Amino acid sequence: MPALSEPERSAGPVEEPALSGPERSAGPVEGTLRLAHLYPKLMNIYGDRGNIMCFERRCRGRDIAFELTELSLGDAFDPAAYDLVFVGGAQDAEQRRVADDLRDVKGEALREYVEGDGVMLAVCGGYQLMGAHYRSADGAQLPGVGLLDLWTEHPGPNARRFIGNVVIEWEGETLVGFENHGGRTHLGPRARPLGSVVTGFGNNGGDGGEGAVYRNLYGTYLHGSLLPKNPHFADHLIALALAKRNGDVRLAPLDDMVEEQAHSEALHLATRRSIIRRGG
Amino acid sequence: MRLTAAIIAARATAALSRGLRRGGGTALPGLVAERVDPGLERTLAARLGQGSALVTGTNGKTTTARLVRGICREAGLRPVANREGSNMMRGVAAALAESASWDGRFRAPGKRVGLFEVDEATMPLVARAVEPRAVLFTNLFRDQLDRYGEVETVATLWRTALRSFPAEVTLVLNADDPAVASLSDVALGRVVLYGVDDETQAGGPLEHAADARWCYACGAELEYTVVFYGHLGHWRCPGCRRARPTPDVAVSSLMTADDGMSVTLTTPTGEVTVRLPLAGLYNAYNAAAAAALAVALGIETGAIERGLAGATAAFGRQERLTVDGRAVQVILAKNPAGVNQVIRTITADGAPKHLAVFLNDDIADGRDISWIWDVDFELLSGNVASLVVSGRRAWDMALRLKYAGLGERPDVEHDAALALRRAIDATPEGGTLYVVPTYTAMLDARNILGRWAGRGAFWEGDG
Ligand SMILES: [Zn+2]
Repeated sequence: MPALSEPERSAGPVEEPALSGPERSAGPVEGTLRLAHLYPKLMNIYGDRGNIMCFERRCRGRDIAFELTELSLGDAFDPAAYDLVFVGGAQDAEQRRVADDLRDVKGEALREYVEGDGVMLAVCGGYQLMGAHYRSADGAQLPGVGLLDLWTEHPGPNARRFIGNVVIEWEGETLVGFENHGGRTHLGPRARPLGSVVTGFGNNGGDGGEGAVYRNLYGTYLHGSLLPKNPHFADHLIALALAKRNGDVRLAPLDDMVEEQAHSEALHLATRRSIIRRGG
Repeated sequence: MRLTAAIIAARATAALSRGLRRGGGTALPGLVAERVDPGLERTLAARLGQGSALVTGTNGKTTTARLVRGICREAGLRPVANREGSNMMRGVAAALAESASWDGRFRAPGKRVGLFEVDEATMPLVARAVEPRAVLFTNLFRDQLDRYGEVETVATLWRTALRSFPAEVTLVLNADDPAVASLSDVALGRVVLYGVDDETQAGGPLEHAADARWCYACGAELEYTVVFYGHLGHWRCPGCRRARPTPDVAVSSLMTADDGMSVTLTTPTGEVTVRLPLAGLYNAYNAAAAAALAVALGIETGAIERGLAGATAAFGRQERLTVDGRAVQVILAKNPAGVNQVIRTITADGAPKHLAVFLNDDIADGRDISWIWDVDFELLSGNVASLVVSGRRAWDMALRLKYAGLGERPDVEHDAALALRRAIDATPEGGTLYVVPTYTAMLDARNILGRWAGRGAFWEGDG
């Protein structure tokens, strides 16, 4: 992980986020966010690095200390050592190595973490691996770690790949991103979808659901990167992660002008194109 | 009969689309020709007296193909080549149809050589049709994942295709790219390797965008004594002992000079030193690649030397133009590895730069823009004097640049002409503006800038 530059404060008439007053009263926002990034070298396709940068930036901008630990193949996972866990997407060959490691090395400790309401975000390939299994286009079965009640199956080499801009509705707000997956993901009764598809394919192109949630474990196909232009979702995860050791946390607002513009630009392009597609 | 009809149709379409000023629209004539005579490429390619060579890979195809063309001309050959951007089968068909006379014959057929830049995924198809003498693989980087699938998918496609190549085909491979160099494992014929020996060009640790860092054969993580950029370097596998092979054509020294560089190449037939009006290590790789392909085609050292110097001069002129007393340089942004190289080259002298960055998300740009998060834009921090952000996904790019420390109030202008105007105005007279667009934005920017510079579109007249 290269050192990230400190968030820059522009000299212009930018409102400094209020770091004192009522924002603070709900609980201490200082403290430390300890993030574990699983398999950063193997699972880093589709700009996953942007998600890590987002967590870091949105903590440091609020004087919350940020500690990043990268855990690779063979490294043990200590469920008590982290407030937040991230796993990204990978190419197929690499996904296999990760599946083995999840099963043999980290699986049980991750289960303990998730069952203890630990906060985790899994994107793309990482999301698929959280389920019971992944069946690839050639029919090969890849066992998942089974933390989410779901399974993913690729219908075969001639099946349509789900590629494109996605908008989903999440808790009354929108999340924007890009999806690119051949596998169709189906949820069992112990997982609920993260959101409902506004435009795009979502989990399986059929039931209108996208992603999955179980306790504080979130899985989704959205990348782009996901978090920088969905700062409300990033903050939701950060607040959840801090709450475990700090009680209820309310995060101070940040200057999100560019973030919001990127969000609405993506929203606009995705919905406009889907209308054109339907019309044509 | 059908061949003649196809050629006539292709030429008419080409003339028509040029008349309509559809810049770079060279796909249409080929499409028409293919429709009229689907076997056209095979028939015409077989009439090229010197055979054909293909150039494929993620980055450097266009520049390398152009350099090889220059070398071939110096060697007294008459190249038939597709134009930049039309690197699918129909681009090859168009080039052949437009170069042949109406009856499908070439003038001076004994001197004709086909030089085709081809898309990574299309390479097997084109190879089957034109039966090349040599195929050059430049490198394999993460690129437009929504279009090509994964890096490993392309590598597998190549390996499969190579197993069915006849032994007469020479492979020209980048020794420094483990994904490309390991293609020699499946080569049935001769292999010519090229690479960079000059270790002073090392660029530090593996970049974030580095792919292919695992051995394709045994899965172990590769070790590097030198990394040049991306995953290119002097590598070895601790698992199965595979290692970077010794190149036949090597950049033995590279010296940066005003407005370019001086490159010394070691070849099997002697040493060549050329002054190139191009900057950046990636262009030294392109020069070495072109020289290696020339070696594979049996071209002598003198022609390589003259061809490299001459062709790059023309190339440099095309990429630079003057608008209102400012030098404007357009540099295509394709993928993380490419953009990292561009940033390193631009910022090499440490002086703050004037920039206009364009991000589009058409199919030719890559619809998935998440790759911008794998670019080390942080290197620009402290090196930017002015910045305008444009393109359909301008705000996504602005957000990425905000994260890189380039400011929370970026200058965003979606209209390409207005954005370029603002960027030129922000550049002092006599200064240089660097325009860094994705592919479709580059076509727009070149059109607009070409008009302002008082000259036609770039790609026309590039014979
Ligand atoms: Zn190996």
